[in-house]
Amino acid sequence: MSTPLLSVRNLTKQFDIGSGFLLRNDAVVHAVDGVSFSIPPGETLGLVGESGSGKSTTGRCILRLVEPTAGEIWFQGRNVSALDARAFRALCRDMQIIFQDPFASLNPRMTVGTIIGEALTIHKLAPSKEAFTDRVVELLETVGLQADHMHRYPHEFSGGQRQRIGIARALAVEPKLIICDEPVSALDVSIQAQVINLLEDLQGKLGLTYLFIAHDLSVVEHISHRVAVMYLGRIVELASARDLYVTPLHPYTEALLSAVPVTDPKARRKRIVLQGEVPSPIHPPSGCHFHTRCPIRQLPLCAREAPPLKETASGHFVACHLRS
Amino acid sequence: MSEPLLEIRDLKTHFATDNGIVRAVDGVDITIRRGETVGVVGESGCGKTVTAMSVLKLIAMPPGRIVDGQILWQGRDLIPLEADELDDIRAKDIAMVFQEPMTSLNPVYTIGEQIAEGLRRHEKLSRRAALERTVEMLRLVQIANAEKRVHDYPHQFSGGMRQRVMIAMALSCSPKLLIADEPTTALDVTIQAQILELLADMKARFGMAVMLITHAMGVVAETAQRVVVMYAGRVIEEAPVDELFANPRHPYTQGLIRSIPHIDRAATTKKRLEAIPGVVPRLIDPAPGCRFAPRCRFAMPACRLATPALRDVGGGHKVACILETGGLPQ
Repeated sequence: MSTPLLSVRNLTKQFDIGSGFLLRNDAVVHAVDGVSFSIPPGETLGLVGESGSGKSTTGRCILRLVEPTAGEIWFQGRNVSALDARAFRALCRDMQIIFQDPFASLNPRMTVGTIIGEALTIHKLAPSKEAFTDRVVELLETVGLQADHMHRYPHEFSGGQRQRIGIARALAVEPKLIICDEPVSALDVSIQAQVINLLEDLQGKLGLTYLFIAHDLSVVEHISHRVAVMYLGRIVELASARDLYVTPLHPYTEALLSAVPVTDPKARRKRIVLQGEVPSPIHPPSGCHFHTRCPIRQLPLCAREAPPLKETASGHFVACHLRS
Repeated sequence: MSEPLLEIRDLKTHFATDNGIVRAVDGVDITIRRGETVGVVGESGCGKTVTAMSVLKLIAMPPGRIVDGQILWQGRDLIPLEADELDDIRAKDIAMVFQEPMTSLNPVYTIGEQIAEGLRRHEKLSRRAALERTVEMLRLVQIANAEKRVHDYPHQFSGGMRQRVMIAMALSCSPKLLIADEPTTALDVTIQAQILELLADMKARFGMAVMLITHAMGVVAETAQRVVVMYAGRVIEEAPVDELFANPRHPYTQGLIRSIPHIDRAATTKKRLEAIPGVVPRLIDPAPGCRFAPRCRFAMPACRLATPALRDVGGGHKVACILETGGLPQ
């Protein structure tokens, strides 16, 4: 494997949600709990998990949109978490994000041209007004929109088109890494396919690296080279997309895969229905976080010790006492 | 084949807006028979929710208006009914589960009060009897510790639990038809699996018919017996579920099925997704002819002349496309 573009080591984020008089009862949400992974250049790493698994927080910590509590983020051989604000801002040119909600992530008072060009202005990438316009037009065309769209406002566009605007904004500074935080979850399926194809085309053309965060397993399988599955702030399994879907090892991954409805009515199969819900990340279960819902747990081991993420086959990592 | 329970005939529900009349539902025919599950699929804005809301007249009028059509409930047209007559049908005969389990419960009443309200009103139960029945319903939808939780407020429940409460409320008066509008859309996949299993259980127990509205083809493939596909306010295809997925006839349905990434364990290379180009048309003054024509790769000049009628092409498979039904409708 080539030198990773991005390397996340033992990333931890805790949110204080003190309650009671003057926030004296210290309650802490363990959103991300010791997550490590790396992405080589040009690859797509899918990050899947249910609500509250910490996948979005992981993405945001990488860009320091939320400051990590502990852990290191290395980007192109530099420790991002140690940089001061000025050095970090320069680095931001190489790392961009696309957000989930195409209706909330664009400023309704700015024209599309201003939205896409804002980063050009901030990073002083356009020497003249003409260069600015040319670049915005080029970006619009790259994502399948038209030049005259730059004078319009976000409300004049559909969800799929807004997501294209979000992608154009991310591309403006020629980043190397794009964190895609549920970029297609809010879109209808026919539009979703357009945006997925666009992201794939851009990766081929511009050599982009993606961290693709989503809860839809079939979308993640389609777009990712490798996939990491998160549960309550920890990675429970990490493998190539093919290995993960063909031979899932972690019982949570198995249940998650079997829960996806398939579009073939003849293929009705036995489904592993997990009992109960994801426990609260304020008081995550002891030991393996999944042991409260696990169909194959062995007590007391699983409730006592958190299993480490271990490599079982080449490139296939799993955190389970019984499967590694 | 059993008798029709609900027959929606040529329903047209329009909304007056500042920009013109939105033809949200524009000539929809759907029949639901006793005990069957009918999936209604389509993308945002295709009119599936407005169709469901029109059945119970839950449309805000104005700006909405049911312009034309009939909604026959066991042969009786619901459209001309007065509010109090409709009340007897709502909940008791036809109940509804909404998409947003977060917003469709009243935050200032306990869930027990909300479920009991329907029971006291429709089943004329006493306060005590209604409470007992409510606890029983909550147990049925697998809410642990039901006799205590009945006194809790909606904010004390998670999303999946609230959807269970909604289902308990909808089923409390043993309706003959349950309209479930995107019941699992807001939920995580493992919770979605639980809710779909619960709905299947409840259906087996109560034997009601279900009209399942969703945009997820996978959910329909796994739960429905018959599927109705809607596009831009009209039904464009209808077929038994196996037939629809094995042999989709309308270009839109074909595109919809192909545009979904599916997990293929045998595939060695990933195929590019087949996206449907363009966007769903605006429903203000739609162009004449087939509404899918601007996005259809098979579109011919004839497609833009007149709206194709939904016609049976054999075996209960109906499609509204002149390529499939041959020639122009008269």
